Amino acid sequence: MKPGSIAVVGAAETTKLGKIPDMSVIGLHADAALNAMADAGLKPSDIDGVATAGASPVETAHYLGITPTWVDGTSVGGCSFMLHVRHAAAAINEGLCKTVLITHGESGRSRVGAGGFGRSPSSLMGQFEMPYGVTSPPTMFTVPVLRYLKARGYTEEDLAMVSVIQREWAAKNPRASFKDPITVDDVLNSPMIAWPFRMLMCCLVTDGGGALILTSRERAKDFPKKPVYIIGTGESVETPMVSQMVDFTTSKAFRVSGKKAFDEAGITPKDVDHLMIYDAFAHLPLYGLEDLGFCAPGEAGAFIRERNTAPGGKLPLNTNGGGLSYMHSGMYGMYALQESVRQMRGIAPAQAQGAKIAVSHGVGGMFAASGTIIFTNQD
Amino acid sequence: MDRTLPQPTPETQHFWDGCAAGELRLQRCVDCREAYFPPRPLCPKCGSRAVEVFPASGKASLYSYVINHRPRPDMGTAPHSIAVVALEEGPRMMTNIVDCPQTPEALQLDMPLKVTFQNFGAITLPFFKPAEA
Ligand SMILES: [Zn+2]
Repeated sequence: MKPGSIAVVGAAETTKLGKIPDMSVIGLHADAALNAMADAGLKPSDIDGVATAGASPVETAHYLGITPTWVDGTSVGGCSFMLHVRHAAAAINEGLCKTVLITHGESGRSRVGAGGFGRSPSSLMGQFEMPYGVTSPPTMFTVPVLRYLKARGYTEEDLAMVSVIQREWAAKNPRASFKDPITVDDVLNSPMIAWPFRMLMCCLVTDGGGALILTSRERAKDFPKKPVYIIGTGESVETPMVSQMVDFTTSKAFRVSGKKAFDEAGITPKDVDHLMIYDAFAHLPLYGLEDLGFCAPGEAGAFIRERNTAPGGKLPLNTNGGGLSYMHSGMYGMYALQESVRQMRGIAPAQAQGAKIAVSHGVGGMFAASGTIIFTNQD
Repeated sequence: MDRTLPQPTPETQHFWDGCAAGELRLQRCVDCREAYFPPRPLCPKCGSRAVEVFPASGKASLYSYVINHRPRPDMGTAPHSIAVVALEEGPRMMTNIVDCPQTPEALQLDMPLKVTFQNFGAITLPFFKPAEA
């Protein structure tokens, strides 16, 4: 895309986050969508493009009473919404639609109107991973990590420190699920889930949703909120089976997606004021810092330990508290994007003062997919 | 509870037939010689359809793992490894490390392993155990 040609003009999360037993999945999509439309001063009849993951875009369009001329149902896991932003930017620039609504809703905790998590026993994952006892992300996403720790010289303490510092950010956020301070010892003494992962290194499971509205730069100036411009986008996929990652110490999808986005924006990591790295588990910010080029391989552990990403540090990271402490409905990418937009609007609970460029980097599946979006608040 | 078992497809049947016969079968490309896993009727390196099945040595090393402390109901109640091993021929595969304590002390990265098979009725699954065991 041409940097800055597309803007976010509406952004909102569901009215409630956390435990929402009185709303189904599609109800969460709709609540977030209506909140985003109110933010942008729009009605459903003003929307002509719809994208979503999990639910079908047919379902969300019909439920909200939208007649789109463009839809995208790309569903590659928690970063799907980064891919929707990228695809929507291309579609708007191509003239396929003018105003795109991207929705997310998930009843991760209450499971109201939610589908199952099953894999067909005839899929490659069903044949070559499921028989060995993998259950859900805590036993799959974690599998590469012992190799990564050994290759980089990182320790359990380095993983724990990620959780500790993200909790410091969460303490500043009234909507965060967990706000009480924790120490490295607290993390390392929390219940064992799957060695080397303790409970406090794993994300929350909550209910919630979010929605974004995008339009062209020209039209964006007519909306009530100051536009947040999109200047770089990237996406890629690697493998549906974590056991088949080409290298357990780096995500190919992260590298490809990140490079595309940074090249498109014409920036380097030094130019970034605020960073979101999808943290379903404590190792992901370490991989992300390395694979996006913020740290050389082996330096991310010390970078976090030395408080560069903590409150007061030079690179505020996961300032909403992240999937580890803020919320994680299942497909967290939407919440990373929401925090980037809040930071660019200058309204985040833990605002990075003067931030001009924000990067939102997502993962889908277990290192299966990735999407990267770079925002600016500068005209 | 019955063990969760794979359902073979035409493209993977040779692998499961091999396990039933006590043989770990991989594939390799006739054109570029790449050995690969999981099974498929094309070379993932060059796209050639000219591929062949061959028996692997069964030798491997421990590449990475977790010890799941919340086993799935069909996996029993004790913590168990979920591992990825590097086969001598190059490809990696997920498995459980068996015939040794399921502890970080006993499960050292890069330790030599060898394949072993266990029958579950219609399906025989490959596992790996310490090479000296
Ligand atoms: Zn080949």
